[in-house]
Amino acid sequence: MSNISPAQSVATQPLAGPAAGAAKGVAASSPPARTPIGARNRDRETWIRIVFTAAGLFSVVVMALIVLFLFREGVYLFKTVSLTDFIFGTAWYPTYDPPDFGIGPLIVGSMSVTLVSSLIAVPLGVGAALYLAEVASPRVREWVKPGVELLASLPSVVLGFVGMVVIAPLMQEMLDIPTGLNILNASLMLALMAIPTITSISEDALYAVPRDLMEASLALGATRWETLTRVLLPGALSGVGTAVILGMSRAMGETMVVLMVAGGAAQIPTSLFDSVRPMPATIAAEMGETPFGSEHYYALFAIGIVLFLLTLGFNLVAAWISGRFQQKGAATL
Amino acid sequence: MSWHSLSARKLREALAFMVFRLAMLVVLLSLGGILLFVLIHGLGSLSWEFISQPPRNSMTEGGIFPAIMGTIYLTLGAILVALPLGVAASIYLSEYASDGRILKVVRLGIQNLAGVPSVVFGLFGLGLFVVFFGMGVSILAGSLTLGLLILPTVIGASEEALRQVPSTFREASLALGATRWQTIRKVVLPAALPGILTGSILGIGRAAGETAPIMFTAATFYTLYLPDSIFSQVMALPYHIYVLATAGTHIAQTRPLQYGTVLVLICLVLGLSLVAIITRTRMRRTKKW
Repeated sequence: MSNISPAQSVATQPLAGPAAGAAKGVAASSPPARTPIGARNRDRETWIRIVFTAAGLFSVVVMALIVLFLFREGVYLFKTVSLTDFIFGTAWYPTYDPPDFGIGPLIVGSMSVTLVSSLIAVPLGVGAALYLAEVASPRVREWVKPGVELLASLPSVVLGFVGMVVIAPLMQEMLDIPTGLNILNASLMLALMAIPTITSISEDALYAVPRDLMEASLALGATRWETLTRVLLPGALSGVGTAVILGMSRAMGETMVVLMVAGGAAQIPTSLFDSVRPMPATIAAEMGETPFGSEHYYALFAIGIVLFLLTLGFNLVAAWISGRFQQKGAATL
Repeated sequence: MSWHSLSARKLREALAFMVFRLAMLVVLLSLGGILLFVLIHGLGSLSWEFISQPPRNSMTEGGIFPAIMGTIYLTLGAILVALPLGVAASIYLSEYASDGRILKVVRLGIQNLAGVPSVVFGLFGLGLFVVFFGMGVSILAGSLTLGLLILPTVIGASEEALRQVPSTFREASLALGATRWQTIRKVVLPAALPGILTGSILGIGRAAGETAPIMFTAATFYTLYLPDSIFSQVMALPYHIYVLATAGTHIAQTRPLQYGTVLVLICLVLGLSLVAIITRTRMRRTKKW
């Protein structure tokens, strides 16, 4: 480096950038000056590394801000309403005088649509993933997979609209029920939102199972179906479990579908054809008409806290499963 | 034919695979059915006037021009927020992070941010941007909220793009004496750029279709005027659909307008996604470094 000629140092400029190139020119004429330049580069690199690490941590900061601002507004409610009355109360009449802020029916509403929709979405979503991984030829796969991705990008308001305009009248007429805006309809639409999540994560998990395990099973004379149930699925179980939980979390947090299709009655449902008012729908429907800083306003933020904690719980469980039971090569099977 | 005979086992395999085929068919038919239905009903209300004129006659006639423009403003704002932050975060993940506690925390943060319900983002945007920072219900507040919402999408796609750049590229650059940052800026980022752009298109599509986050932060039911600053409220396509379908006084009368708006939104969102998916597939196939 110390006997580098000026011409060579110019030649290195485009790669190293003008400043570093010029600095190297100086270094060539006076070797002792090398250390500070190296140090300066190191300093710069350190700063750049810090900046990018900060950018990486930004998501964590946003999560913290979300928690902070939900609680900042939400806790005011608990000056007048006790936590148990809020969670377990069975009457949600926020605009009455005196108002009732019991979100029991809203929680049950959220749970019911989440549960029913996963009963629909899990078999279909996992089935579709197995089709992609095992049955479809590569050529068909190439065409079918984007279809699933397109379903994922369908805006939720469109699904809500379809549920309201198409499915609801159909259901009402065919089943002779008072309203088509009910748990079953909302669950059908939510299932369509959850299926792409379930399918794509399950498929990734199926592909992560080592090929040689399956080949060994086939070589022993097992059919592809036997290989699938005894080798592939056990190996991919944690991934499929993660997919199911994330799909359920998606269904629980989804807003527009339940706002438009679930019917909006804050009651404890007794059948699939009852209307419910899940938590996201309550927040979305009532925030617009609530005076800023009123008890009702704080109550909606408090519902936001409950919803946030529930979905966070789902996501943490999913992350735990996928980390804990991850298939790392054939050895752990 | 016994339970264990080869033909019985083969039959079970065929039956099971038929069930999987059926599952995929149901999924695809639902998508196709929805698209076809909207296309058939919406095509009739599409016209140049519908796209280029504001609503008239208390929303029962006219077009959706302000809503289209509002959605474009909000989406552009969102990607301006999410792209720099997302790309920087993905550079950290793929180029700088080493296995350790910080990486674990970052991954957990991104995963959980992706799982936050959109209506909670709306509350957060209302609390932080609209009220605390005093931005009011505005394009700015809505764009920031949507930008944070699509951040995990952009990070995920960018990281995948960066990881697809072969490590030999980096090693060659480092071996020539370039520093890590010079390597990233001059070698890795240019190679990953198409993938990063694809990811941002997916993010744009997501932002354009979201309703709940902009309900309390940016959207208004009706403005006669186009926004004149980033502090204006705007109409937006998804919110327009919701309001027309649920809250108008002429719900049945405006049905054609609703179908038309749904069709425009679907064309916008699915069009963007389709472009992203096709370019990605093509890139994966042709790129043999």
